[in-house]
Amino acid sequence: MMMDWAHFTPLWSLIGGLFVGLAATLFILFHGRIMGVSGILGGLIRPLRGDIGWRVIFLLGLVSAPIAAKILGVMPAIDIESSPVQLILAGLLVGFGTATGSGCTSGHGVCGIARLSPRSITATLTFMATGILTVWLMRHSGFGG
Amino acid sequence: MTHFIRRISEYLVGLLFGVGLIVGGMTNPSKVIGFLDLFGTWDPSLAFVMGGAVIVSFIGFRLAKRRSFSLLGRVIMLDDSKPIDVRLLLGSALFGIGWGLSGFCPGPALAALGTGEWKAILFVAAMVLGSWLAGRIKPITL
Repeated sequence: MMMDWAHFTPLWSLIGGLFVGLAATLFILFHGRIMGVSGILGGLIRPLRGDIGWRVIFLLGLVSAPIAAKILGVMPAIDIESSPVQLILAGLLVGFGTATGSGCTSGHGVCGIARLSPRSITATLTFMATGILTVWLMRHSGFGG
Repeated sequence: MTHFIRRISEYLVGLLFGVGLIVGGMTNPSKVIGFLDLFGTWDPSLAFVMGGAVIVSFIGFRLAKRRSFSLLGRVIMLDDSKPIDVRLLLGSALFGIGWGLSGFCPGPALAALGTGEWKAILFVAAMVLGSWLAGRIKPITL
């Protein structure tokens, strides 16, 4: 393994992580909910009466974050290397997978691990493993482009 | 009035979460792929996002476990009764493949959507379709 020191941003990433953790903390303490994005979005795709408003508002906050980041002057570049076909396939897998596995990086990876949930720890190890394997297949195995 | 406070608070938490993802580097797919590229030139930055987030929310969930109602009077929903089953493993495995393929997971993809970047819009549209399909297929499989 070689380290990519050129792109290594431990301080900013830690600060970002503390913000994410604070948001998850405020969400459970003030709203009683786990801050899992795939689940919050899923509740709008499969809506139940009286369980919609908070989801919409939370997601609006999330979607408007780049505006705040630009005002604060902390908006980094967004480099999307994937082709449109790759993005569509990836989006379908992420949507289908997180709905089937009841969670993503925020719900299982942050909130679940913080709760020491065996289910979420299993889910996180699984998607980390297949994610690492996929990048290996794309970049180093000779199969990818 | 409580309703209004709740709504403002939900919005601000979403905003804080999104800014955290942006500042941490999660909304940049090439950085995410660099993190997952353990066998190439590895950028471990995003482990710091996860580490920082878990440490803070560990305390948050400890506090929440002692309560039945949230500070704004809602039932605290912490259900740990679900089992580790095929759905969890299969779903998570498929999610990881999509994550590795694109460098996007749901939260950062929605934050990136707010930049108006067309590739993020395309990804989110496919993600919503994928989630919808899972809901349609759910009753007949697994």
